[in-house]
Amino acid sequence: MAVEKMSIAKALNESLRHALDTDPKVLIMGEDVGKLGGVFRITDGLQKDFGEDRVIDTPLAESGIVGTAIGLALRGYRPIVEIQFDGFVFPAYDQIVTQLAKMHARALGKIKLPVVVRIPYGGGIGAVEHHSESPEALFAHVAGLKVVSPSNASDAYWMMQQAVQSDDPVIFFEPKRRYWDKSEVDTDAIPGPLHKAVTVREGSDLTLVAYGPMVKVCLEAAAAAQEEGKSIEVLDLRSMSPIDFDTVQASVEKTGRLVVVHEAPVFYGSGAEIAARITERSFYHLEAPVLRVGGYHAPYPPARLEEEYLPGLDRVLDAVDRSLAY
Amino acid sequence: MTVESTAAARKPRRASKRTSAAKKPQSSEPQLVQLLTPEGERVEHPDYSIDLSAEELRALYRDMVLTRRFDAEATALQRQGELGLWASLLGQEAAQIGSGRALRDDDYVFPTYREHGVAWCRGVDPTNLLGMFRGVNHGGWDPTTNNFHLYTIVIGSQTLHATGYAMGVAKDGADSAVIAYFGDGASSQGDVAESFTFSAVYNAPVVFFCQNNQWAISEPTERQTRVPLYQRAQGYGFPGVRVDGNDVLACLAVTRSALERARRGEGPTLVEAFTYRMGAHTTSDDPTKYRADDERAAWEAKDPILRLRTYLEKSGHADEAFFTELETESEALGKRVREVVRAMPDPEPMSLFEHGYADGNSLVDEERAQFAAYQASFADSAEEGK
Ligand SMILES: Cc1ncc(C[n+]2csc(CCOP(=O)(O)OP(=O)(O)O)c2C)c(N)n1
Repeated sequence: MAVEKMSIAKALNESLRHALDTDPKVLIMGEDVGKLGGVFRITDGLQKDFGEDRVIDTPLAESGIVGTAIGLALRGYRPIVEIQFDGFVFPAYDQIVTQLAKMHARALGKIKLPVVVRIPYGGGIGAVEHHSESPEALFAHVAGLKVVSPSNASDAYWMMQQAVQSDDPVIFFEPKRRYWDKSEVDTDAIPGPLHKAVTVREGSDLTLVAYGPMVKVCLEAAAAAQEEGKSIEVLDLRSMSPIDFDTVQASVEKTGRLVVVHEAPVFYGSGAEIAARITERSFYHLEAPVLRVGGYHAPYPPARLEEEYLPGLDRVLDAVDRSLAY
Repeated sequence: MTVESTAAARKPRRASKRTSAAKKPQSSEPQLVQLLTPEGERVEHPDYSIDLSAEELRALYRDMVLTRRFDAEATALQRQGELGLWASLLGQEAAQIGSGRALRDDDYVFPTYREHGVAWCRGVDPTNLLGMFRGVNHGGWDPTTNNFHLYTIVIGSQTLHATGYAMGVAKDGADSAVIAYFGDGASSQGDVAESFTFSAVYNAPVVFFCQNNQWAISEPTERQTRVPLYQRAQGYGFPGVRVDGNDVLACLAVTRSALERARRGEGPTLVEAFTYRMGAHTTSDDPTKYRADDERAAWEAKDPILRLRTYLEKSGHADEAFFTELETESEALGKRVREVVRAMPDPEPMSLFEHGYADGNSLVDEERAQFAAYQASFADSAEEGK
């Protein structure tokens, strides 16, 4: 197939198709993933082509979905489960946190849990309650899980391949409001490791770190800042657990300033972890305190207020100005 | 390797007998409690008799017609971009009005997100239901005013709240009852199983009202259960009954009886209202991807409103003037809903920081102040620009 321009949704679909195609042990499980192809159509056409035994419509029970995926993994399968929306992962949270994350360690490394939990996450689509949240920190806090999120179609394609091949459980957060954004995917390219952060724009005055849906906002902010003569570097973290601190550190030691941007609430969010580590690692290189831009300590608001809640261009640029003013 | 090159390998292999699930539940289809046939004939049932005056029958008809009108208006408003989403109850009017009218004022209702007809019976202004679908709030009514709890979007959660509330009712020595609504899909959730367990062992005065509308988005009921849903109750130690969910009289009679049982201190009942979701799951759904065309037609023949109309006309319990007047009332309701929704303002930005906590919270105070300063900076720069 080589290089093709496609949406993140299409890239995920192609990636899942490839995974089913190459490994008979790969399964897809979830609510409505079959005939409907999932509510976002990420699994569109897969049941038709691979059958009901490989692409499995499950009962409406998230704890059941993840719990049985654990059992299937113990039996040698590689289940990829779909949680329909971010807010519905919590019935499965017990299975993910108390079982999926810890079993490998409890068995002294003798068993593997190659389960991928796909979660469309984040806001900006005008949805009702529980359809717009960013719970990544709740998972990143738990040892034993990998937590990742692609921001473009190429990463969607490749990170999914890597997640499926991982012998550790991966919580795969899909930025739902970017599902329809298109970019190039090279299906022959050899990608870097799953946990590696990527510099998506070079700059010298300040580093913006983001992942998933906020990468685009940060790139737009950097372009706007450029017009005012500011040179902003943008990093796409890609993995929230583990975090590639080396890449962040190298960038900060070049620019001297760091702003972390995510949709999730700032309080106890991934920005807090990055700020603390970078302050520890690069204290004498910093020209300003590490700033964070994100959601508030408030329930995710109704759709008509979400633009106020979600970090947009203005809030990112405001933080850039504040950092540069030190 | 390209995807195309292995197309042949992709063909579904025949599953072994041991691993494949049968398409249909194996037990034979149980009898439905029915008091009004799809043809509009009154029939009797040995356990559930009901005797309603002409006025009461007309009132049930009116409830169903106005509920359907409201629902149709909301669907139209979604299409016009006034609502972000709508979950239609089309076809489920009898299940909701029948059960809703069985309730007493002091009973307490825990709905899912589709109980617009039950809300109507509780006296909740229907326009209050639209705020969350428009995206201006996450609820929009005070649950304690009408004993009608907030809509619950996370599937199955509310059945446990209903059970706990019922345990409280019993502790208080009150004789009111509690009703929890949920769908056939929800019956698969752990929370629902746990609510059955709790309500049984604590003998809680709760009625579980499952509207089996045959689908959970794209998944048919067979994907949730191998036995008829009402039979689940037996395993927990309380009765289950399947009622014709398109028969408002039967829904009323069966729910009334289950509520009375709860009031007498005899514990929970599971009512399975066998009905059908005539429209899409919500306005974001596309049932053509998974549902056969003729299925809806078969259920339209069982329409809950038509059958009561037939009965009202044949029995002489309603005259032409009644239907004409109701038509006018129905139009007026539609107009009012339209106007109220269009006039619903967006929430004030500062309201983001309201109601997160009942007590004060220093973190919220700090973020509120920062947000206010940030908002004000735009006003200042607009001022400077003048
Ligand atoms: C815990 C949870 N998982 C998934 C969803 C997404 N979802 C919303 S409605 C629905 C189907 C519900 O079917 P059913 O319980 O039969 O109720 P119906 O809408 O058909 O009345 C699903 C899967 C959800 N709201 N909550």
